[in-house]
Amino acid sequence: MLMTGRQPSSSEDELFSLIEDDGSVAPDGRPPVLSEVDALRLFRALLQVRLVDERMMKLQRQGRLGFYMQSMGEEATHLAVHALRPSDWVFPSYREPGAAFYRGYSLKDFTNQLFGNAEDPIKGRQMPVHHSARSANYVSISSPVGTQIPQAVGMAWAAKISQKDDVALVYFGEGTTSTGQFHVGMNFAGVFKAPCIFLCRNNGYAISTGYQHQTASRSIAVKALAYGMPGVRVDGNDLLAMISATEEAVARARAGDGPTLIEAVTYRRAGHSSSDDPNVYRDPNEPKEWERRDPIERWKRYLVARGIYEEAIESQYRQEIGEEIVAALAHAEKIGPPAVETLFDDVFSEVPVELEGQRQELLALPRYVSPHGGS
Amino acid sequence: MPVFNIIQAVNDALRIEMRRDSRVVVLGEDVGKFGGVFRATSGLFEEFGGERVIDTPLAEAGIIGTAIGMALYGLKPVPEIQFADFIYPAFDQIVNELAKFRYRSGGQYTAPVVIRTPYGGGIRGGHYHSQSPEAYFAHTPGLKVVIPSNPYDAKGLLLAAIRGEDPVIFMEPKRVYRAAKGEVPEGDYTVPIGEAKVVREGRQVTVLCYGAMVHTVIEAAEKVAADGFDPEIIDLRTLLPLDTEAVLTSVRKTGRAVIAHEAPKTCGYGAELAALIAERALMQLEAPIVRVTGFDTPFPYSLENEYLPSPERVAKAIRDTVRF
Repeated sequence: MLMTGRQPSSSEDELFSLIEDDGSVAPDGRPPVLSEVDALRLFRALLQVRLVDERMMKLQRQGRLGFYMQSMGEEATHLAVHALRPSDWVFPSYREPGAAFYRGYSLKDFTNQLFGNAEDPIKGRQMPVHHSARSANYVSISSPVGTQIPQAVGMAWAAKISQKDDVALVYFGEGTTSTGQFHVGMNFAGVFKAPCIFLCRNNGYAISTGYQHQTASRSIAVKALAYGMPGVRVDGNDLLAMISATEEAVARARAGDGPTLIEAVTYRRAGHSSSDDPNVYRDPNEPKEWERRDPIERWKRYLVARGIYEEAIESQYRQEIGEEIVAALAHAEKIGPPAVETLFDDVFSEVPVELEGQRQELLALPRYVSPHGGS
Repeated sequence: MPVFNIIQAVNDALRIEMRRDSRVVVLGEDVGKFGGVFRATSGLFEEFGGERVIDTPLAEAGIIGTAIGMALYGLKPVPEIQFADFIYPAFDQIVNELAKFRYRSGGQYTAPVVIRTPYGGGIRGGHYHSQSPEAYFAHTPGLKVVIPSNPYDAKGLLLAAIRGEDPVIFMEPKRVYRAAKGEVPEGDYTVPIGEAKVVREGRQVTVLCYGAMVHTVIEAAEKVAADGFDPEIIDLRTLLPLDTEAVLTSVRKTGRAVIAHEAPKTCGYGAELAALIAERALMQLEAPIVRVTGFDTPFPYSLENEYLPSPERVAKAIRDTVRF
């Protein structure tokens, strides 16, 4: 690094982690205060993401689900939201379902969204995995990457203007740091000291394109320097470190000290989506390397070291989640598509005359039957 | 009743609404102490402070992106894009995000942002200070597009836009920002979005227009009226949702339609109007629909008066249509 008169800051270069290989907490670490109940709740949440992903991918391969995106290996980054209050907001990208679950989004709503059925909370308006959960302050997801970043900054800034101490946490991948939206959002947040936490899941790949094709920067965290905010590199597979770093950033934001960029260093063990075959562009042994650093196994070792892990509890969690998935799927698959007339709702607060005319035009036609099944 | 120009009317509307509703914030480039390059936000910084009248970094995507986030949280942001020509860096935020939030979230999230932006030519501004990009936004479901032509409508429509629950692209005709003067009631009133206005009643031909072009069309009407022609002029005021009844009622009465706008002809808003008339009033037409528009070139600098529809071009279209 060529920065005259300045030593590389430890926080921007070193990887912050807390859970050691044997599950113990690093002696000089700053572990967050975590109750046993929460530690187990987080374990269940990690398992839920993994089990849901496994089931939904199978379903997609069987042709029962149009599309899916899994999070294998990145689950711990989702649960950084443990550091938030319910009144805080999450601006997700498309690979953080655990954050929604943890804030109360039900598996039933999740599954109905995947099927775009009549009970889908967003009324069948978007592809699978583009969730929106108002009651969880989990903001509607869009596919073009990065647009949520300035929006999160605006929400955080609005909280400040409204003299409330709510904060925003915005997720994005390392590929998104190449966009103008990342720059614009970071810059506005820095200028206005918006209480926003930027959480970059650096999982190594943007579909097939590796880190080195996105940036020549030695890290993502170091980019924070140019925007006048702290940047930290955190072991994204270490849930304790993720929570600790996020809590610190949240405390700073709430205190009026502005934004933080957290680079969660992790790895996307599966493909980008169900449409992707990662073996085309990367060594199949590469993900195997990262299996050893699995965030769920690591959390399990932490629970063991804390003396609160029981196999019976894990089995119970697995069974409960499995049953919940089966029930949610059985329900979602038998619900039909949304009513045809709903196609025209929610474009505006009220349906304009011309749009109402189009609705009547459609309703007067015989119902379209897709040759490919579905609606 | 005070006589205001459009700038003063916009400024008055912003002041009234900011006093009435503490959720209203103004943000944009140079809108604070400087009061905006056209002075539309003049005096607001002094009255409401830098928390509500915000000078932003120079990045349109950031202005609109953050305004969306503010609106999601419950504020009523009224961002200014300094010139409509500079709106494209925010295009993704406007057409993919702002326009779709309500729909894509099944009604869970709404972002009622009102984007104010001066548009149009005739100020020696060349490519990048003269464009009329209204058709892009009218083509995007989820956005309302409002274009006033005079101070009374500018104030009433802006107040209606800020009080509404939908995103609005509020395009201000900068060529007549100061030239268009008129009596503007003090205090509070609104002009409903989605209602066109007949500015001149006539029997022979309907001339459809909006924004600065309304003034060009009025001038043209005065010319042709001296020769015994009798055009009806409709100021659309809102392009989306369009007051289709006003358009069709008039065209069915006159049997002829001329459409005038500054934007290029191909796929301009006039194409939509022509299609509407052809679909629903064809049998009442006595003559082909005529469009008088900017040409299909980038907006020029030296020859802008040749590019822009002039009163003479509009007058010729009126005469030709009536004589057809």
